[in-house]
Amino acid sequence: MNGATATLNVTRYSPGQDQMPRSQSYSVPYQKDWVVLDALNYIKDHIDGTLSYRWSCRMGVCGSCGMMVNGVPKLTCAAFLRDYYPQEIRIEPLVNFPIIRDLVIDMSDFLDKLKSVKPWIIRKTEKQISEGEYLQTPEELNAYQQFTQCINCMLCYAACPVYGMEPEFLGPAAIALGYRYNMDSRDQGKESRQAVLGSHDGVWQCTFVGECTEVCPKEVDPAAAIQRSKVEITKDWFKSVLLPWGQR
Amino acid sequence: MNGPRPDKSMLYYPKMPVTWWLRKRSYFFFMMRELSSVFIAIFLVVLLVQIYQLREGPESYAAFVQGLGSPGWLIFHAIALLFAIYHSITWFISTSVVLPLRLGKREIPRNLVTGLNIGAWIGVSLVILGLFLTLKG
Repeated sequence: MNGATATLNVTRYSPGQDQMPRSQSYSVPYQKDWVVLDALNYIKDHIDGTLSYRWSCRMGVCGSCGMMVNGVPKLTCAAFLRDYYPQEIRIEPLVNFPIIRDLVIDMSDFLDKLKSVKPWIIRKTEKQISEGEYLQTPEELNAYQQFTQCINCMLCYAACPVYGMEPEFLGPAAIALGYRYNMDSRDQGKESRQAVLGSHDGVWQCTFVGECTEVCPKEVDPAAAIQRSKVEITKDWFKSVLLPWGQR
Repeated sequence: MNGPRPDKSMLYYPKMPVTWWLRKRSYFFFMMRELSSVFIAIFLVVLLVQIYQLREGPESYAAFVQGLGSPGWLIFHAIALLFAIYHSITWFISTSVVLPLRLGKREIPRNLVTGLNIGAWIGVSLVILGLFLTLKG
């Protein structure tokens, strides 16, 4: 080790003890190949075992380690110290969520919203097992594949100012998930999702800020999913008023 | 169903500051995009009033147009023009996201869709400008 150190200013909050979150400064060894998560793990292992935060795969696929790094929602396993060094790095819990403790936020609202869009294949007519699988061409897969890449990291909810101002808003990941199933050729459940997606707190709260897409680590492009959902929902509404029942 | 939920009484609920849109470039430009609608709306009201003045007769119309030449209105219209241009450019960028275009199987790149829209916009504007200058002369 060459003795170089990086400084992290980390939010601390002890429920029942602190009235408000506060900032605590830590000095960690600076390694060129370290990410912020490595620095947090060093703090936990060698400096302050009371620091609480979520992490798991450390390779950008589980979505557990999302935090604010210098005010930007990031996966801490993908934020390299060298991109900030020698400046001090501010680590805060994801904004727009209630804080449980230190860097751990309450994600129960997010989980409820994911469930509310019925993220599973809904069929009106089931095939017998003996008839085989529901087949899908590469083009049909292409229509929704991008939106399957979501790792539920909630960076998009931290980036969305609408979610910050209107906590009832369904949010980017949940809408993208609903759109993913609506666009899946095997699914027949668009009407079942309509009440939630097409509600005031569904797609229509979105004002296309676009920050959700900017911060998404898996290039899901939730902003595109939301705007295209608006088009689909509008088309369906016109069909429902203009076409006779049998044609819809 | 999703496991135990945290005790809500112990949670800290951060407040979103009123100045949230000043904290990041992209938020600021988003608010400017939204603000552009206000300037465009005011411009349209002024235009409607101008058209209405035609009904009121030539003197009334001439007086109104002269009023529009005041420094205040000129500054307003200059600012409104800049906002309208920004509004249009961001509109064409948004269009490429909302409506993906396909040529056969391949999707047309978004930058190309935006570029074609802006090109058509400039083209139509030049045609209108040409017509205006021709008819004026």
